[in-house]
Amino acid sequence: MTRATEEVRVRITTDDDIVTARQEGRRLSSVLGFSSTDLTLIATAISEVARNIRLYAERGDVQLQLVREPGREGIVVVARDKGPGIKDVDLAMQDGYSSGGSSGLGLPGARRLMDDFEIRSRPGRGVTVTMKKWTPGGG
Amino acid sequence: MAVPILKQGDYLIASIQTALSDRDMLELRDDLLERAGMLRSKGIIVDVTALDVMDSFASRSLRAIAHMANLRGARTVMVGIQPEVAFAMVQLGLNLEGVHTALDLEEGLTFLDRLTKDTGDAGD
Repeated sequence: MTRATEEVRVRITTDDDIVTARQEGRRLSSVLGFSSTDLTLIATAISEVARNIRLYAERGDVQLQLVREPGREGIVVVARDKGPGIKDVDLAMQDGYSSGGSSGLGLPGARRLMDDFEIRSRPGRGVTVTMKKWTPGGG
Repeated sequence: MAVPILKQGDYLIASIQTALSDRDMLELRDDLLERAGMLRSKGIIVDVTALDVMDSFASRSLRAIAHMANLRGARTVMVGIQPEVAFAMVQLGLNLEGVHTALDLEEGLTFLDRLTKDTGDAGD
């Protein structure tokens, strides 16, 4: 069951939307038992995946949702675009690799900041990144 | 201008007040380099205390500021990286290689004094 206030969708069409997405993520996560360090890790990871949308697909959206399961709670971040997709996902997840002139640390870095990280790419149809962070001690 | 830049003697102090977009970050870079040249600054302090995150773009931009300013004869010090931001930077795999850092504004000014006033005297 999801209450309306526990889910936010941020459309990513400008640089400012990257800031909005990470701030919304921090705000939403702060109602759970995350430390301020964890909140910064979450905001940073959101910033990276949102930037990836701007860099490779220009537009997309970031969906933020709190999840409460028996024994644990956390935040789920889904970043979606309908861009060209990533040709070689394994390569894209390597530190320092970039096809877009960036540092190449965005996606692999975001994976290290979160607990769960999954990336799906369909060539010509877009990329979906799903990542989760759970509160310490299982909520 | 998203980030106010103050002149203090031979130094410029850029005090980030809020979260910055990528565009703001590039604007800061351009403003700082332009003013450092115009005012013949010897040192630059970028105070990032209020920055919400230091992601790959932000750290790359700050590194670029330091390197470009260095080529123009000004030394740069980043001050005020918060503990949780430092933690996230390490996890993310970012470093500010080649960029001087100091705990806060006061330490940054002391550091710049040492860095800029020493040169020439010691002969090294």
